[in-house]
Amino acid sequence: MTPARTWIIGTVLTVIVAITNIGIANGASDGAHLTAQRWSFDGIFGRFDRTAVQRGLQVYLEVCANCHSLEYVAYRNLTEIGYNENQIKAIAGQYEVEDGPNNDGEMFTRTAQPSDYFVSPYANAMEAAAMNNGALPPDLSLIYKARAGGADYIYGLLTGYEGEETEHSVAEGLYYNPYFPGGAIAMPKPLYGDDVEYADGTTASMEQEARDVTTFLSWAAEPKLDARKKLGLKVLLFLIVLSALLFASKRKVWRDIH
Amino acid sequence: MSNSSMGKKVVQWFDYRLPIFTFMHHSLVDYQTPKNLNYWWNFGSLAGIVLVIQIITGIVLAMHYTPHVDHAFDSVESIMRDVNYGWLIRYLHANGGSAFFVVVYIHIFRGLYFGSYKSPREVVWWMGLIILLLMMATAFMGYVLPWGQMSFWAATVITNIFSAIPLVGETITTWLWGGFAVGNPTLNRFFSLHYLLPFVVVGVVFLHLWALHRFGSNNPTGIDTKGPKDTVPFHPYYTIKDLFGLSVFLIVLLAFVFYAPNYLGHPDNYVKANPLVTPAHIVPEWYFLPFYAILRAVPDIWFVEAKLAGVIAMFTSILILFVLPWLDSSPIRSARYRPWYKQIFWFLVIDVIVLGISGAKPPEGVWLILGRVATVYYFIHFLILMPLIGRLEPTKPLPGSIDESVRQESGTQTSETTRKHS
Ligand code: HEC
Ligand code: HEM
Repeated sequence: MTPARTWIIGTVLTVIVAITNIGIANGASDGAHLTAQRWSFDGIFGRFDRTAVQRGLQVYLEVCANCHSLEYVAYRNLTEIGYNENQIKAIAGQYEVEDGPNNDGEMFTRTAQPSDYFVSPYANAMEAAAMNNGALPPDLSLIYKARAGGADYIYGLLTGYEGEETEHSVAEGLYYNPYFPGGAIAMPKPLYGDDVEYADGTTASMEQEARDVTTFLSWAAEPKLDARKKLGLKVLLFLIVLSALLFASKRKVWRDIH
Repeated sequence: MSNSSMGKKVVQWFDYRLPIFTFMHHSLVDYQTPKNLNYWWNFGSLAGIVLVIQIITGIVLAMHYTPHVDHAFDSVESIMRDVNYGWLIRYLHANGGSAFFVVVYIHIFRGLYFGSYKSPREVVWWMGLIILLLMMATAFMGYVLPWGQMSFWAATVITNIFSAIPLVGETITTWLWGGFAVGNPTLNRFFSLHYLLPFVVVGVVFLHLWALHRFGSNNPTGIDTKGPKDTVPFHPYYTIKDLFGLSVFLIVLLAFVFYAPNYLGHPDNYVKANPLVTPAHIVPEWYFLPFYAILRAVPDIWFVEAKLAGVIAMFTSILILFVLPWLDSSPIRSARYRPWYKQIFWFLVIDVIVLGISGAKPPEGVWLILGRVATVYYFIHFLILMPLIGRLEPTKPLPGSIDESVRQESGTQTSETTRKHS
């Protein structure tokens, strides 16, 4: 076998494995086929669209936070998406957290500080399930990475509810959503299009809200994405140049051998 | 001038008492290497470098990681969010694990193609297989550490394998777990061993190289080196070639780290472990899939129940490689001169890929059947074809020397070699 042929066969096999095998192993989503959306943070040059993340925060706080927690994100982290200290204090100040014990050995409540993590709407998982017909609303801090399909899945789920007249029948307390594995989800349709009045004046629609909150949740799961993609570009460019130089040196060293 | 000669004197003084510099010089600089090695020979040094990357990133992770069921997942998240460049360290380590297997699998298939396992390199081959087994144990336990859903359930499924052992199986499993289910004691011991085993691997790598340097590297012709015309010193020829290979390899690895860091991972592992919720599909990491397929392919055989038979088949599929030097009956090493073996070699590659794909699928329907056929063929390859083909195959003539084959390949036959032939 000539080296060239070996390489070609090797590459083809690798590509086959990469496409079939791993996609099947890890991408297995049991819901309806997702439509790929365009996201500001897609691709090598992708970055989070700040204004979309901020609008998404608004949707999150006004709608989703009534039922979901976001336990790995602290209010102080909002500096990363362009809020200043006073704004963050104001946001945190709307919530109460339990703290203590104090010097008298008693627990007390106080307003949340920038250093606190997003306050959960529930005291614990039992209460969360009890308040939602026994279905636990998952924490959303990692949901973007925790579901096959990522952002497309969240968007699909939020916009995928059908109207009252759906012909799909699901059990009492469940709602039909083709993107959810099994098709029957315990979360009632959360977005209708008039849920928020955007602070930046953008006209609200269901699609707009879904896009924005999905962008926000993607940031929440992968806050270092911008830094990662920026650094990656520099490192890879450096390595490509280095490889070219090393290849030239290798040729030079080996010139007399063959 | 006085400075450098001063340094030289110190080195000489030390080397006279502990000849470590002489040793390094012998094994990295003077070391005579066949001059016809192709790029498939880059993967050995790459494997060594990936091992170093894993150890360095692993030690940094361990400084921030908490091996406790209540804190492990959170501590990994804090590495990702709060530790400076923690995301980079973790993504390097997670993707480095996959890269390690890519490199080592290529390295092994290189050995299979060019007959590097044959006399006198059987012990080199064995040490390599021991490294593979240790790596598998290490990677399996490492995958449990972030304590996500796949961590927990993979640990449960794989440790349950041991319960298939007759009579003592249950006892062994309980002992491995340190309890009656995968729990905190399991996580603690996995962390301890995950830290330890890579250093054992370093030790076996030394034995691997020691045995290798006894007779030197094999080469694409598979014939022995016959003199100085066949070889070049390792430095600078192979140091520069390996550096170039490393640089290209890093482009691929870092493209994953920076642009698709979770592509090879499973989404469920970003969900905290929950013993009460079983994931819809429990699949191991991609590098275990062929073995997983063999485990699940075997049905009940006579009085042996399927689970036990599967376990035996899976372990045998690796152990069989230890006796490969004696199963292969051909006196010729390289597949270049073995037309039949070359065919079945590529067939084996395809077979292992089919096993990998069927390992990723639920064990039913056509994939279960394909998995079974591929499992049977895997064993036929080693147990029947290897002994048989070596005896029957019409082989091609070997070149007189490495030097001669290099000249033939580059088409620069000198009058001297032409004369020898005519
Ligand atoms: C009325 C309470 C409620 C509100 C408001 C709500 N959710 Fe949910 N959500 C739930 C419940 C309950 C579940 C669990 C569903 C299940 O497991 O069947 C859930 C599940 C989810 C899931 C996970 C689906 C899966 O694949 O497991 C996502 C993603 C999600 N919600 C996003 C959102 C977003 C984004 C918002 C805000 C726009 C939101 N939810 C608002 C109650 C709510
Ligand atoms: C043979 C070399 C090694 C391999 C193949 C390996 C493999 C792995 C894998 C696959 C994971 C799971 C990554 C994930 O999905 O998050 C992991 C995690 C981890 N490893 Fe290693 N590892 C190696 C060496 C080491 C060493 C030497 C150390 C420590 C000294 C170490 C410390 C850790 C820690 C702390 C974690 C948990 C953090 C995390 O999950 O990211 N590893 N390892």
